[in-house]
Amino acid sequence: MTTTAKPIRNPCNLCQSARAILKRPKTGQQLCKDCFYHVFETEIHNTIVDNKLFRRGDRVAIGASGGKDSTVLAYVLKLLNDRYSYGLDLVLLSIDEGITGYRDDSLETVKRNRDQYQIPLLIVSYKDLYGWSMDDIVKEIGRKNNCTFCGVFRRQALDRGAIMLNVDHIVTGHNADDIAETVLMNILRGDLPRLQRCTSIITNDTSEDASGIETSKILRSKPFKYTYEKEIVMYAYFKKLDYFSTECIYSPNAYRGYARVFLKDLEALYTMRLYFV
Amino acid sequence: MTMSESLAIELQFSGGMELLFDNKKTIHTKVPAHFRQGADSHAVTIRDLIGWMASHLLKERPELFIGPDGSVRSGILVLVNGADWELEGELEYELQDGDEIVFISTLHGG
Ligand SMILES: [Zn+2]
Ligand SMILES: [Zn+2]
Repeated sequence: MTTTAKPIRNPCNLCQSARAILKRPKTGQQLCKDCFYHVFETEIHNTIVDNKLFRRGDRVAIGASGGKDSTVLAYVLKLLNDRYSYGLDLVLLSIDEGITGYRDDSLETVKRNRDQYQIPLLIVSYKDLYGWSMDDIVKEIGRKNNCTFCGVFRRQALDRGAIMLNVDHIVTGHNADDIAETVLMNILRGDLPRLQRCTSIITNDTSEDASGIETSKILRSKPFKYTYEKEIVMYAYFKKLDYFSTECIYSPNAYRGYARVFLKDLEALYTMRLYFV
Repeated sequence: MTMSESLAIELQFSGGMELLFDNKKTIHTKVPAHFRQGADSHAVTIRDLIGWMASHLLKERPELFIGPDGSVRSGILVLVNGADWELEGELEYELQDGDEIVFISTLHGG
C-alpha cells in the first residue's frame, strides 16, 4: 500500500505541490510563493526584452522615492541584471524636494536600499537646483495646488540629475494601476497630448527644460507598465523589502486620490481589466 | 461552544495601514466567537471582524479603512494566515482561534 500525502489546501496552479498564497488580478490564477516570485520577475524580464528597453552597457538611473514601486523596481532590476546579464550600470536617483518630516524620512529608506542592493545613489535637491525647497514654497503660496507644481519640478529635477550622472535612461516605478489612473485624470481634464505620452512605455521627448538644457538624449521608461499594484505590494510584503509608506504631508489627496478610488470602485463593479487601457 | 466565547486573533498592519491603528504593527486581540444578526447568531466572519475593528480599535478616519459596503476600502489587501483572502472566501471566511490577519495598504506613496 502506498502512503498518500496529506492533500494541500488551495494547491498552486503551476506546481501543484505547494499552497497558493496569491490570486492574480489578471487571470485569477492561484500561485504559491515561489511560483509567484518566478512569474512576477519573468513577466518584467519579458517586458524589458520584448520592448527592447535597454542596450548592453546602458547606464540606467532608477528614479527612487523610497516608496513601494521604486523600491521593488530597484530590487527586481538588480536581480534581473544579474540573472540575465543585461550588462546594465544601475544607479539610484532621488529628488529631495525639501519636505521636512516626509522626504527626509523617505530618503533614509533609499539610503538603506543603496546599501542593501549595492547600487550607488545620487540625491538632487530642489534647493541646489532651484534655490528653494517645497517647505519654502508652501510658506509663500500656501498648500493649494502645490502637488501639481511639485510634480512638474520633480520630473525636471530627474532629468537634471540624469545629466549629472551621465545616464542614458531613466526608469520609474509607474505601474499598470498608476497609468490607468493618469489616463483617467487626463480624460477628466481633456488633456489629449499628455494622454498619448503617459500610455507609451518608452518616451524620448525632444524638449528643453526651463534652463535651456537639452534633455532629449535621455530615454524614460516604465518597466512596470503591465504590472499590477497588488502584485507589487504582495511581492514587497513577502520579500520583506524595506519601503516607506507615509503620505506626503502637503498632498491634499484630492484629484489623484479621487481618481484612484473611483477607478478601484469601477474595477470592483465591472471587473474592468486595467491591462487593456 | 457557548455564546460568550471569544477567539484570540493576531492583527498585523503594513504599508501605512498601521497609521490608522495607533502606529501599531501588531495587535493581539480577542473577538466574540459569535455575532448576532436579528434573532440568529453566526460564527464570526471577516466581515464581522472589519466592523468590530472599526468600532473597537480604529482611532481615526474610519472611512480610510471600512467602505460603505462593510468591506475594507478598495486598495487594502488582506491576508489570512499568510494567504490572499481572495483564496479563503474573503468576507465570508469564518475566523478560527489563533488566526493571523494582515491588512496592507497599497495607496501610500510610489
Ligand atoms: Zn507553485
Ligand atoms: Zn503607485
